[in-house]
Amino acid sequence: MREAEPSTNEREFVLAALKEGARIDGRKFYDFRTLRLSFGSDYGAVEVQLGNTRVLAKVSCEVIRPFPDKPTEGFLTFNTELSPMASSAFEVGRQTDEEVLVSRLIEKAMRRSRALDTEGLCIVAGEKVWSIRVDIHFLDHDGNLVDAACIAAITALLHFRRPDVTVVGEDVTIHTLEQRNPVPLSIHHIPICISFAFFDNGERVLVDPTYLEEQIKEGDMTLTLNVHKEVCAMSKAGGIPMELDQILQCTKIAVVKVTELTALIQEALEADAKKRQVSRK
Amino acid sequence: MASTLSEESRDSLQIVLPGDLLPATESSFNEDSASAPIIKLGPGLQPLQDDTISAVKAGVLKHAEVGNRWWVESNQRRYVAAPGESVIGVVVGKTVEHYKVDIGAAQTALLGVLAFEGASKRNKPNHEIGTLLYCRISLANKDMEAELECMNPTTGKSDGYGDLKGGFVFKTSLGLARRLLDPKTLILRILGQHIPFETAVGMNGKVWINSANAKHTILICNAIKNSEFLSQEECVTMVKGLVDRL
Repeated sequence: MREAEPSTNEREFVLAALKEGARIDGRKFYDFRTLRLSFGSDYGAVEVQLGNTRVLAKVSCEVIRPFPDKPTEGFLTFNTELSPMASSAFEVGRQTDEEVLVSRLIEKAMRRSRALDTEGLCIVAGEKVWSIRVDIHFLDHDGNLVDAACIAAITALLHFRRPDVTVVGEDVTIHTLEQRNPVPLSIHHIPICISFAFFDNGERVLVDPTYLEEQIKEGDMTLTLNVHKEVCAMSKAGGIPMELDQILQCTKIAVVKVTELTALIQEALEADAKKRQVSRK
Repeated sequence: MASTLSEESRDSLQIVLPGDLLPATESSFNEDSASAPIIKLGPGLQPLQDDTISAVKAGVLKHAEVGNRWWVESNQRRYVAAPGESVIGVVVGKTVEHYKVDIGAAQTALLGVLAFEGASKRNKPNHEIGTLLYCRISLANKDMEAELECMNPTTGKSDGYGDLKGGFVFKTSLGLARRLLDPKTLILRILGQHIPFETAVGMNGKVWINSANAKHTILICNAIKNSEFLSQEECVTMVKGLVDRL
């Protein structure tokens, strides 16, 4: 069943509240909802909670033969799953436009920005490379799936450890996790998506829109940046036209947000690493 | 399991799970059956063929002496329509004879265009798509679309049902919505001491709030949403904190 449009009352109230400078959940315009990261027991499993939006990412790897034209390059694939668990608006087996957009954006943000060193995944050139697969499951939908999914994906990749390999001549040995400490992936930088929603002809800009705000917005834009202030990707699919200075303004906001979020992610990863060390002793 | 439970905690909480038979209540059923053989089963309980009663929901077993009623109090998020309940819905479609109203259940519900106070073929209210309606469920059968009405069927008066103007509506769990319907609910009383507001609560978990300005409405909505798992003292401090920040 398609999710119903919000009622006229909700629509008018949200717009009136925005005119007074208030958002329905009591946030300021440029505030993110509280971000919570929890790690699974094995490496590469992360659950992200952004307000009521929940995303689970799981990284797995396998050894496969590379393409003959790129013999040293490993694979990085993303698999997004928008199930009816997240919202009754999603159906199994039928991709909505939103779903396509979300998975394309994540792919663009992660793969095309070369966040992961795919050359480093090579074991024997032309013979064996690692293929890394990131499964992203959306568990609860309360707006801003892209940002939550992006945070989940990159945190999972940072958290993931692949089995160690040794190559002696032609022989390749893959050590189990018990034999040798698994090794982390080499990640160049941490791209993070920041989504904006526009109201009143772009006069009012909201960061991290909720589901209701997403339904009412006039336009949206997603910027992908890293902590070095490099814009990795930018996506604006439809909506109202924007002025150049509005986009620049958004980038400035995004830089601040990315710095905050990166710090949060690294803090969570360190805390988890410490916990693992303690439990191993 | 249930037999030991019943002896220990006759009057305190008794938790049942789907499939649990209720021998704990059987003795009292038998006692009563001599004097008043009628037992009324509410939500979450179902009689089986051999006259035992089985729970079909997980929750707390409740009993009211008046009318010898038994039911299971549980919490869920998805609404299942039941006749006689008041709900808040959004008009999502219109046909010649019916409005289609989204009440948050598995299917949309039907509201007859004449099911309003004083409505006749000539003179009937016209509600646009997106209108918020407070209505009563008149008919709800399994596997059928529920039917709604915006008036009291016996008197033909509106009884407060009809469209809700202005304000804001938000979704809560069904358990919280049921608690909010109790006029003694703490959170509504505390909020009322600070801010005057209007409210309509639907059994489908939709709560409508209207107050003098948007900031107050936002505060009330968030306070109610937060209050679900808070104790009385925590509610008081939370509301105080929110009001002070205003």
